[in-house]
Amino acid sequence: MNENWTLFMRNLRDFWRAFRRNKLGLLGGFLVLTAIIVAVCAPLLTPYAPTDVIRDANGRGMTFAPPSVHGPLGTDDAGRDIWSQLVYGARISLTVGFLAGFIAMFVGSLLGTLAGYFGGRVDNLLMRITDVLLVIPDLPLMLVLVATLRQMDLHISPLAVLIAVIGLLYWTSTARLIRSQVLTIKERQFVDRARAIGAGHAHIVRKHILPQIMPLIVANTVLVLSIAILVESGLAFLGLGDPTKPSWGTMLNFAFDRSAVANGAWWFYLPPGFAIVWVTLGCVLLGNVLEEMLNPRLTAHHLEGDQNMIAIPKQRVE
Amino acid sequence: MSTQPLLSVRHLTTEFHLADKQVARALEDVSFDVMPGQTIGLVGESGCGKTTTLMSVMRLLPANGRITSGNVYFRGNDLLTLREYEMRLHRWKDMAIIFQGAMNALNPVIKIGDQIREAILLHDLMDHDAADYRVDELLELVGIPRARRGQYPHQYSGGMRQRAMIAMALACSPSLLFADEPTTALDVMIQAQVLELLKEIQKKLGLAIVLVTHDLGVVAEMCDSVVVMYGGKVAEYGSAELVYNQPQHPYTQRLLESFPDLNRSTDPSAGSGQDLATIPGTPPRLNALPPGCRFSPRCYKSVEICTQIAPNLVDMATPGSGARHLAACHLLNGTEIEDL
Repeated sequence: MNENWTLFMRNLRDFWRAFRRNKLGLLGGFLVLTAIIVAVCAPLLTPYAPTDVIRDANGRGMTFAPPSVHGPLGTDDAGRDIWSQLVYGARISLTVGFLAGFIAMFVGSLLGTLAGYFGGRVDNLLMRITDVLLVIPDLPLMLVLVATLRQMDLHISPLAVLIAVIGLLYWTSTARLIRSQVLTIKERQFVDRARAIGAGHAHIVRKHILPQIMPLIVANTVLVLSIAILVESGLAFLGLGDPTKPSWGTMLNFAFDRSAVANGAWWFYLPPGFAIVWVTLGCVLLGNVLEEMLNPRLTAHHLEGDQNMIAIPKQRVE
Repeated sequence: MSTQPLLSVRHLTTEFHLADKQVARALEDVSFDVMPGQTIGLVGESGCGKTTTLMSVMRLLPANGRITSGNVYFRGNDLLTLREYEMRLHRWKDMAIIFQGAMNALNPVIKIGDQIREAILLHDLMDHDAADYRVDELLELVGIPRARRGQYPHQYSGGMRQRAMIAMALACSPSLLFADEPTTALDVMIQAQVLELLKEIQKKLGLAIVLVTHDLGVVAEMCDSVVVMYGGKVAEYGSAELVYNQPQHPYTQRLLESFPDLNRSTDPSAGSGQDLATIPGTPPRLNALPPGCRFSPRCYKSVEICTQIAPNLVDMATPGSGARHLAACHLLNGTEIEDL
């Protein structure tokens, strides 16, 4: 166990050494990390609660106030602090994005592995489902689904509905990716050998297939996260968010509903837009770099030696 | 030959379904016995069904392969009637296999020691320490230093990998070991070492070995009996001595002639510097088998009947000698056999 731990730490160190050299990856990591820190430390970073109305000396709410000492990013139509809303909105946006992303990854990996490993009819069935989901336009489908689920009075929070719908629709590309990788690994002879020593399917998948596709799953997760966050923002902007728990998308929705543009209140709609770009850009940069580093197909590294197919690129020769 | 055979394969027929609804009959009516502690060689050119025979016996055929008829008795139980999970209990515990090319058969990202332990833990209930102890024992048996159990396959040399595979094969003390061309891709020195190791282990543990090879020299050195296969059928089957010294089937004869022989070249009457014999052509494609004897298109002795009717196995051993020497050729006048 201890030995494995040191090996893991060594791999991690090697990984960091290679990662550090990649400027874009570092930038992506920075963007994502700051967003997470802001979301976690929200109360420490905000002078007001997001629902507090800032009042002037006469006790009147300061509506559409531009950035000033009262609020670093001004106030909205009801006199509430934009900065506070933005910081607390990070919590909602990231939570929904992360949970939905993880659901999508989980479903995609599971179905991709099943399809690739068992092949034949299972593969056919699962891939046809994937095809169907791929050709249905996402946005209308999600609008209908979310709206219908809301109507059904299921006593589920609107955010949970969003998470479920996004998570259960965006696994298709992951499933295909994982499937193709499993297909190639399955044909390797050590899988036959595992069968020969009397291993069952569960054992083979767990011990021999999953460890090899894990890096791919990790890299893909980050990319799917960015999609989930974007989609959540889009749906919330269209009014499908939870108004009591405003995410960045919900903020944009409010801004447009309450004619922030007509009032010239740019501080109302630009910050949430930037925040969305900040996080998704970070995820995409980070995801691409991770994929490049971890996916054997994208590196020339595997041409040097066939053994370290999925190992992290390293120069050391033992 | 009074003891019961460990493994007896009877009339094994295996087919592969190809694209376009074509069917390739990779094995037809293959029968042979393996006695406890005996070594039997499966020889023949590539594509003659040697590996398919092993895979059929272990029931590890790829998804498009089907065993259409026959029986495989292991200690009297027909393996082909078992359910998959029952079969899994037999694999490695009773019969282990050394694959062609050890590099590919080892998972590149798992340490050698852990891969051997994996085989042990799949079959024997024991804690990790006990399993580790067993791994050390096995590695010692095949001559790999204990310190290298924590290394990965790519850190091993070719010969060591093959030895690690042998150690893995012995993990559950099987009574039957299949060795599928265990020495291909190894240089001659290492080949000799690996074969020596196999012999030594066989002596120590008393296991039966089925050796697949196309190296007849290896067969001569290692095997008690030989099955010569051609085009998915048994061409000749008998004790190594008989098959070597009195080959009956034209294919076996040509096969033996096409290997260099020290004794032959020193014989002045034969003339040294003589060219080695070759067999023209290639083995038949299994989805387009010739009618009649499968060897007939390449056979220098072929007569009309050979291209029409497939020959049956006949016994060519001297009657009453107690030995058996089967060959399938129309030109032989042997005793008809009831069944193997």
